[in-house]
Amino acid sequence: MSKPAENLPDFSVERVGSSARVVLRGAWTIAASRALERAAQNLSLAATGAENAEIDFAGVTRLDTAGAWLIDKARQHMAAAGIAAQFAGASPEKAILLKEAAYAPAALDKAPRENALMALLVGLGAWSVGMADQIVRGVAFLGELAFGALKVMVWPKAMRPTSMVFHLDSFALRAVPIIATINFLVGCIVAQQGIFQLARFGASTYAIDMVGVLVLRELGVLLTAIMVAGRSGSAITAELGSMKMREEVDALRVMGISPMEALVLPRMVALVVALPLLTVIGDMAALFGGMVTSYLYNGVSPQVFAERLQQAIGMNTYLVGLIKAPFMALVIGMIAAIEGFRVEGSAESLGRRVTASVVNSIFMVIFLDGLFAIFFASISY
Amino acid sequence: MTEAEPIISVRGLEVGFGARKILKGLDLDVAPGEVLGFVGGSGQGKSVLTRAILGLNAKQAGVIEVFGEDIDKMAPASHRALERRWGVMFQGGALFSSLTVKQNIQAPMREYLKLSQKLMDELAGLKLKLVGLPPDAADKFPSQLSGGMVKRAALARALALDPELLFLDEPTSGLDPIGAADFDDLIATLRKTLGLTVFMVTHDLDSLYSICDTIAALADGKVIAHGPLEAMLASDHPWLRAYFHGKRARAIRSPNEMAPA
Repeated sequence: MSKPAENLPDFSVERVGSSARVVLRGAWTIAASRALERAAQNLSLAATGAENAEIDFAGVTRLDTAGAWLIDKARQHMAAAGIAAQFAGASPEKAILLKEAAYAPAALDKAPRENALMALLVGLGAWSVGMADQIVRGVAFLGELAFGALKVMVWPKAMRPTSMVFHLDSFALRAVPIIATINFLVGCIVAQQGIFQLARFGASTYAIDMVGVLVLRELGVLLTAIMVAGRSGSAITAELGSMKMREEVDALRVMGISPMEALVLPRMVALVVALPLLTVIGDMAALFGGMVTSYLYNGVSPQVFAERLQQAIGMNTYLVGLIKAPFMALVIGMIAAIEGFRVEGSAESLGRRVTASVVNSIFMVIFLDGLFAIFFASISY
Repeated sequence: MTEAEPIISVRGLEVGFGARKILKGLDLDVAPGEVLGFVGGSGQGKSVLTRAILGLNAKQAGVIEVFGEDIDKMAPASHRALERRWGVMFQGGALFSSLTVKQNIQAPMREYLKLSQKLMDELAGLKLKLVGLPPDAADKFPSQLSGGMVKRAALARALALDPELLFLDEPTSGLDPIGAADFDDLIATLRKTLGLTVFMVTHDLDSLYSICDTIAALADGKVIAHGPLEAMLASDHPWLRAYFHGKRARAIRSPNEMAPA
């Protein structure tokens, strides 16, 4: 078989009186790209002025569906211009091909153009409906989850300890190094800035109070929750999403196993247990970072640091931070699971849902932290 | 067919995963213009062979020549040139899920050719018509299509560049009998008009009977039989006997056998 496109599609026209004979030459295949397109365009005008035309295939070395279709299109163009055109000299194979690939005017109808204002309104409407839908889904999901949790409490056999331990391992244990590291670093940074800024008022020892309160009340739990949202929330969405794409979720459902109990609940429980544990580790790492920095910049010995810290904070400081952790875990898990089940058929939709999961859960975690801050301030705890 | 150079020539091919050898010194020739039906039990390595020829699976030993060129010794540029001369239809369709059917068909055109968008749209419409999909399927996403439509769209994409060699992995599985028969007709027409060579992994006995010129059977990592249907029917290899004379084969075989009488 010869290499394609070694001879480009071409034709010549012979005119005898009012009839034209168009002799095609070369390979009329899609491999010729633009040359094919151009030749076909010229071909439709080749017989202008003639009354009848004959399109001769004798010189065509190769013909494929695209070529046949374009030639037939040219013929119909001629016919529309009042030229009776017909094919000649086509081998039986080419005749079949011409018939199979016969030109039919584009059935691809263009979408009507919308005006910009209309499109904006439609977009806004779709967005509002989508938001409302998301809220309804969220509430329904929470209800289903509560039902599942209740069922597990009443009937502990429905619990899936293996799955929970597996997820606890991946959400908690494997997250320890990264959580400890970032909290340590943030502890160092807060202490260093505290020392520098407070030194201007001669109060650099108060940096220890600042580190203690800031880390235990806010930063420790917030950083840990953000890290978990990025690390485990995204994983949950991607897992559930790809399971949904491959009908694994439906397979569970037809076996009479609720995806909520089998997939979501173990992950949810694992998250709710993991986040407080990680927060404790994060808090410790951050305080340790503050201690190291205080020693390096201010020469505060660990013993003095510990004493000072004890005066600065109380049990309530620690609990304020820790109490937020399970709620944040619940929010992260819920958003991750809802987004996971919203994945549709395409790879693109999976990507979009994972992004939405991480962005929404980080936003909600910070928002929730703000609500807690207001709450604790108003009860002066 | 003619004595021309084979389009695909496989010699001594060995492919394995870890310690497990799937293909053990496999030889196979595909002549130009023929439709080869490749059969074999599940897990025998039909797809592995296809993937090895396409360069998707690494091989441990052997030579694979496509269009007379050793695919190992090819420069990247000529490998690219080779890739536009073949079309592949994967078993699951492997349509790009984030593109519409139309964009899927146009993807190879966009990559290899310079065509106006209008012509590409029109050609996509032509391919859809050829494979028997309605025009309104053009703007649908793969996830919105039924299984049979996915198969047809995948074939349309495989045919986008009017290839000379077509690989089909179980093309008619999941199609209803009418759709499968249409599919066979389409392959036969394309073969006749374009001189297409088809390498088809299939279990569809109807396809084997109606459009395959040659059948190759794979067992124990080797091609145990290679020849026209009559040779397969006459073979006394136990697996071939079970395959072509089994319960499912009977219904199809009987009218064929009655015909000459």
